[in-house]
Amino acid sequence: MEEVQRQAKARSTTKARKMSEKKKDMISGYLYVAPFFIVFGIIGLYPALFSIVLAFQEWNGLGEMEYVGLSNFTVVLQDPLFWKSLYNTIIIGLMGTAPQLIVGIVLAYFLNLAVIRFTNFFRVTIFMPYITSMVAVALVFGVFFSSNETALANYVIGLFGVDPVSWKTSEWGAKIAIALMVFWRWVGYNTIIYLAGLQSISKDLYEAATIDGANKVQQFIYITIPLLKPFIILTVFMSTVGALQLFAEPTVFLGSSAFSRDEAMTVVMYLYRDAFNLGSFGTASATAVLLLIIIIGAAAINTWLTSGIGNKKKRGA
Amino acid sequence: MKQKHKKQSKAGTLPIYLILGFTSLFSLFPFYWMFVMATQPSAAYNSIPPTLLPGGKLVENFQKVLDTIPFFQAMWNTILLCTVVTLAVLLISSLAGFAFAKFTFPGKNFLFILILLTMVIPPQLGLIPQYYLISQLGWLDSLLGAGILFLLNPLGIFLMRQYISESVPDELIEAAKLDGCSNFRIYWSIVLPIIKPAFATLGIIVFTLVWGEFLWQFTVLRDPASYTLQVALASLNNAFRVDFGMLLSGVFWATVPLIVIFLIFNKWFISSITEGSVK
Repeated sequence: MEEVQRQAKARSTTKARKMSEKKKDMISGYLYVAPFFIVFGIIGLYPALFSIVLAFQEWNGLGEMEYVGLSNFTVVLQDPLFWKSLYNTIIIGLMGTAPQLIVGIVLAYFLNLAVIRFTNFFRVTIFMPYITSMVAVALVFGVFFSSNETALANYVIGLFGVDPVSWKTSEWGAKIAIALMVFWRWVGYNTIIYLAGLQSISKDLYEAATIDGANKVQQFIYITIPLLKPFIILTVFMSTVGALQLFAEPTVFLGSSAFSRDEAMTVVMYLYRDAFNLGSFGTASATAVLLLIIIIGAAAINTWLTSGIGNKKKRGA
Repeated sequence: MKQKHKKQSKAGTLPIYLILGFTSLFSLFPFYWMFVMATQPSAAYNSIPPTLLPGGKLVENFQKVLDTIPFFQAMWNTILLCTVVTLAVLLISSLAGFAFAKFTFPGKNFLFILILLTMVIPPQLGLIPQYYLISQLGWLDSLLGAGILFLLNPLGIFLMRQYISESVPDELIEAAKLDGCSNFRIYWSIVLPIIKPAFATLGIIVFTLVWGEFLWQFTVLRDPASYTLQVALASLNNAFRVDFGMLLSGVFWATVPLIVIFLIFNKWFISSITEGSVK
């Protein structure tokens, strides 16, 4: 009763008071988003714009900046090491993420089957690698794939009759080892995302398909994959962006030789080396701008390709 | 007919269990092996067949870690960094999320789209100016310099806006206003208690992110006294001849706390992934 009276009273208040209420909300709104935008301005927007400006300057971080036009870009684009690092990044990215997404979907599909028990145990163990830091993963794998002939990895491939590999100094050894640690750390993460996607698919669809005589594989291809598409797009997008930013794993895995060898140097490592080992902020910033363009381009292409998955299937069916 | 189908699928589950079991083994083996190596002398690494059972050097190896890097200092630095950053991000995100969800002000949509755009910018783009800025402020080798970058968390605002607009009823806010509550009072006494679950989700995301991040911490923390765990561990691998037993002992003891926390709160951890990415 009192509440109703109070509300009636509030409604009858003058227009002026309503205006001041509105004004108050407006001020609160600005005030509450202010902390984020202050932080964003100082450590987000300003550095990003500064980077783009720097890409056209010659600067070692101490003296005067000198405008040099596009020459930083020419220097980077004419450096074979830049292209090698881009190649490495793409190869490691493909080997580390593509199998991961496929295995992730299959694992999630199994974990979502009603007949499978102990799913929580499997979920927790498969997800556990994600909890470990990239540095920890790189160090453990660094010992597993050590350059010694007696490395455990060499023992394992020896069981299959393969000769020992010098994992940290060979072109493919380093790439495979790094791709494997990326795979190991992230496969559970993607499985969890796909599992969330599968759980959003209605069971009725599968029942109807079973009645129509579709077997499990057909159900997987014609029901699961198309309905999982938004989740596939999401993970492909995140994997693409993440793979192109690879830094910690190769740096820590290679240790003291990280910036002096080129078998596993990634674009971000190339950038880091330019800026902090060679003191060339200008070319490093040009690399950062190029990386931004590459990431946007690759993410767009991959998202576009993934969006085509279900459509093609539908046409085929 | 139905029963026959059930029987069939039960018999067919064996290969699935084998695959899942193998994957679990694949996921767990590095953890186990890390523990084994942390208890073995470095020489055990060279033995054939490989050593797969724990030895007696657990304490000795860890002692070597303590002699090489300021392990406990780094552990403390990491915990302090993660805790302060997490609390700050929760505060910044929930305030802004509240404003975006419940207030109208000119330019709101534009500002929100700006936040979404910041999610796409790769963090490396600003690395050099950020480093320069921090060095000009004299914050190199300090947790302040290491932490400030993580305050920028657009995902946090996104999550909070979503959660607040779904779970805090407008009527509740209206009623509180009629009672004369200030907007901040509404935030503090009404919104905060309701969004505790979202705090848990975002808190886990931010805490694990800061705990494991490497590039930025590696860039600004050069003085061993300021090392966080990740930088300290990476420095263990920089010697010309690395003592593997010591190395993995360091990794083991730096990983154990997080694994214990994970095993206790695994449901929260796993749901934080889907909350954080699927929404």
